[in-house]
Amino acid sequence: MSAIATPPATSRRRAALTPRQVLVEVLKYTALLVLTVTWLFPFYWMFTSAIKDDPQVYTIPPVLVPNPAYWNNFADAWGKNNFNLFAVNSVFLYALPATVLTVMSSAVVAYGFSRVRWPGRDVMFYICLITIMLPWQVTMVPLFITFKSLGWLNSYLPLVIPNAFGSAFFIFMMRQFFMTIPEELADAARIDGAGEFGIFVRVILPLTVPALAVVALFRFLWAWNDFLGPLIYINEQDLYPLALGINRLRANISATGTNALAYPYLMAVSTIVVSPILLLFFMAQRTFIEGISVTGIKG
Amino acid sequence: MQSSRASALPWARLSSRDRRGLITGLLFISPWLIGFLALTIYPLIYSFYVSLTRYDLLRPPVFIGAANYVELFTKDAQFWKVVYNTVFYVIFSVPLSLGFSFLVANLLNARIAGRSFFRAVMYIPAIVPGICTAMVWLFLLNIQYGAINGLLQSFGLPAIPFLSNPDLAKPSLIMVAVWATGNAVVVFLAGLQDVPRSLYEAATVDGANGWQQFRNITIPMSTPVILYNLVIGFIGAFQEFTSAYLIFGVSGGPLNSALLYSPFLYQNAFQYLRMGKASALAWLLFIVVVIGTMMLFRSSARWVYYGGEK
Repeated sequence: MSAIATPPATSRRRAALTPRQVLVEVLKYTALLVLTVTWLFPFYWMFTSAIKDDPQVYTIPPVLVPNPAYWNNFADAWGKNNFNLFAVNSVFLYALPATVLTVMSSAVVAYGFSRVRWPGRDVMFYICLITIMLPWQVTMVPLFITFKSLGWLNSYLPLVIPNAFGSAFFIFMMRQFFMTIPEELADAARIDGAGEFGIFVRVILPLTVPALAVVALFRFLWAWNDFLGPLIYINEQDLYPLALGINRLRANISATGTNALAYPYLMAVSTIVVSPILLLFFMAQRTFIEGISVTGIKG
Repeated sequence: MQSSRASALPWARLSSRDRRGLITGLLFISPWLIGFLALTIYPLIYSFYVSLTRYDLLRPPVFIGAANYVELFTKDAQFWKVVYNTVFYVIFSVPLSLGFSFLVANLLNARIAGRSFFRAVMYIPAIVPGICTAMVWLFLLNIQYGAINGLLQSFGLPAIPFLSNPDLAKPSLIMVAVWATGNAVVVFLAGLQDVPRSLYEAATVDGANGWQQFRNITIPMSTPVILYNLVIGFIGAFQEFTSAYLIFGVSGGPLNSALLYSPFLYQNAFQYLRMGKASALAWLLFIVVVIGTMMLFRSSARWVYYGGEK
C-alpha cells in the first residue's frame, strides 16, 4: 500500500497557485469537511446521547452538548443489563474460538491450494471461490435442522465448529499471501528432507504471521459484530452475545416508552461495544487496509 | 488449465510425483473438502428438497411438490411486495453506493493532507457492529426526537417522517447503506493508487485537462475494480438483513414498505416455522443472484479494461 507515501510536496508549488487552483483546493477541503462531519455525526450523537438524561433526550431543538453530562449512564447501562456476561460470551464462547479455528484451517487449506502442486488443484480452488457467492439463506434452513438434531441449539457450536473447515474468503486471502513467498525457501528445506507439513509449519508459517494477523483480525471482528447467527441459534439470555443484549435493550424502549433512560442506555451500551473496534482499527489501520486491498484488487 | 485435464486421468496414468502431490494436496485441503461436502453441498441439496415439502420442524416433512413455489408466485401478495422492495433497494443502493464511493475515493486520491484520517472516517461505519449503527440511525431518524428532524424543526422546516412514511422507508435504508459503504471506498482507493503515474504525466504533456484525464485514464483503469465492487455490492444488497430487520422490525415498517427479502425469509423460517416456504424463497434468491452475477460478468467483456494487467 502506497497510501502512506504522500504525493509530491505541494509546498513547492504553493507559491505558484493560480486563483483557479486555490478554488479547487478550497472546494476539495470543503467537501472533505462536510463528508467528515456528516459521517461522524451518528457516532457523535451515539456518544452524546449516552450521557443525557431523559429530558435532554426529548427536547427540541436537540441537545448537542449535554449539560450536565451523566457519565454514570455507561456503568449503569452496562451493569444493570448483564453486559459483563454478554461480553464474556461474545469473546470467549464465540469470537476467540472462531478466530483460532479459522486461522488454523484457512492457513492449512490455503497452503494446499497454493504451495503444493497437484492435478486438479486450480479447478478445486475455483469451486472454493464460487462458494463465496452462495447466499447464506440457502444453507440456513438445512444447517439449522442439522444442528438442531445434533442438540446444538442454544450453544455456540453452530457458530464456532464450521470455522474448523476453513472459510472460502479467508482461504483466498491466505493463498494470496502464500503465493508471494519464493519457492526457493521451501526447496532448501525439501533438500534437507523435510516433509510438506514440516515445511508448512517451520518454513512458511513463520513468514506469514502478518497474514495470519489479518485473518484473525477480520474473523474476530465478524464474530464481535455478528447479529444474525446468534439470533438464529441462541435463545437463552444467559448465553446472549453483545449484539443480542443490545437487541433486548431495544425491545425495552417500546416497553417503557419515553421513561427509564431507554435511549441513553441503548446509546451508552452501543458506544461501549463500538469502542474496542475503533481502538483496534486505529491500532491496526494498516493491517485492515491491507487485508481489504489484497482481497479486493489482486483477485 | 493443464491440471484440470490431468485430474480426469485415471490414477494409474499419473506419474508417481503427481500421485504424491495429489495425496499431499488433498490432505492439506481436506478440512475445506469435508466442510464443502457437509456444510455446503449437502445443505444445498437438502434445502432444495425441503423447498418441495411442508415442514414445521415439529412433524416430519410432507412432500408437496412445487406447491411452495406456486403459492409464492400466485397467492402470496406479500411475496411480490417483498420482491419489489428488494429490487428497489438493490437498484438504488448499489449504483448510489458505487458512484458515491468512487467519487470519494478519487477525492481521497487527490493531493490532500491527512488522507489516512479521511479514509478511516469513511471506513469506520463499515466495520463497527451493524446493530450499534442501526440503533443510532433508528434514533437519528425518529420523527419526534431524532436529531435530524430536531435540527430541521429548529430551522423552521417541517419534520420528515423517515420511518413512518411508506414512501420514505426504503430511501432511509438506502441512505444508511450509502453511509456504510466504506469497504468500497478503500478498495477503490487502493485501485486508484495502482494506476501508473506515467499515464497521467503523459496525458499532461499532451495537454489533457483534469476531466479528460479522469474520463480517459481514471475510469478505464478502474473498471476491473468497479466490476469487483459492483458484484460484491449486488450480492450483498440482495441479502441485506441487519439494517432492515433492526430499523424496521420483523414486519418491515409501514405497510411492509421496507420488508426486504432476507428478513421476510427469516420471518417465514423462524417465526412461522414454514421451513419449506423459506427454502423455496432461498432457492429463488440463489437463482436470481447467480443469474445476476453471471450477467454482470458477461457484460464486463464490453466495458472492463484489463489492458494494464496482462
